[in-house]
Amino acid sequence: MYKGQSGMLAWLFHRITGLGVLLFLLIHIVDISLLGFGPNIYNQGIALFGTPIVRIISLALIGAVFYHAFNGIRIMLIDFVPQAVRYQRSMFWAAMTLTIVCFIPIAFFVIGPIFGLNTGNTASGM
Amino acid sequence: MRFSTGYGPRPAGGGFETFSWYFMRITAIGLIFLVIIHLFINHVTTDVACTSYQLVAGRYANPYWRVYDWLLLTLALLHGMNGLRVVVDDYVQTGAWRIRIQSLLALIALALFMVGTITLITFQPVAGFLGPHCLHP
Repeated sequence: MYKGQSGMLAWLFHRITGLGVLLFLLIHIVDISLLGFGPNIYNQGIALFGTPIVRIISLALIGAVFYHAFNGIRIMLIDFVPQAVRYQRSMFWAAMTLTIVCFIPIAFFVIGPIFGLNTGNTASGM
Repeated sequence: MRFSTGYGPRPAGGGFETFSWYFMRITAIGLIFLVIIHLFINHVTTDVACTSYQLVAGRYANPYWRVYDWLLLTLALLHGMNGLRVVVDDYVQTGAWRIRIQSLLALIALALFMVGTITLITFQPVAGFLGPHCLHP
């Protein structure tokens, strides 16, 4: 466990984002299983992901995935690189910065269509 | 309480917890690539409103996409549910409740693994539902 020593806040965010992403994963396995019920039922289910409210929830979730991934790299560096623990605090801010840097462009793609932005890729089939 | 110091971070003993410690890190490395590519192809190169049955049918015509999604399903589910197991270890005080809750979690993981695997293996596109198609809510 990483309580206290290597960044309580980093640890807490890692746990919360992990639980959030896991909850989505369980829902996502069920919604993808609608494939087995044919095109109409599947498309009705997936159409929900295009609604504004689910786009905003998806964006929050994608932010959680980015934080969990970058902080996960920080944890592995602390675990496997000697002396890396000395830089755990700056690596936490690096993980936060990378999360925000990745979050902004993907926000454009995920919630842009709500505002009529970025409708170009809605026409692509693949 | 164990701390990650960079010198001796692994749970000692070589038992299940040591395996779990390595398992989380190995699956994490795989998942970083699998998840980022997954997000990119379903939210950036294609809008999520276009990830229709027709799109999936086209993608799953190539069996490697089914293998890709099966790896994503398996690694994410095991990594996530093992994480939840550790959370239960942290907050559930009595041994009997730990066993009950963790057994239930294991059953949920197994059931969802089977649902996902069956979906991926048995998918056969319905004729006439191929080609570009976007859903407009």
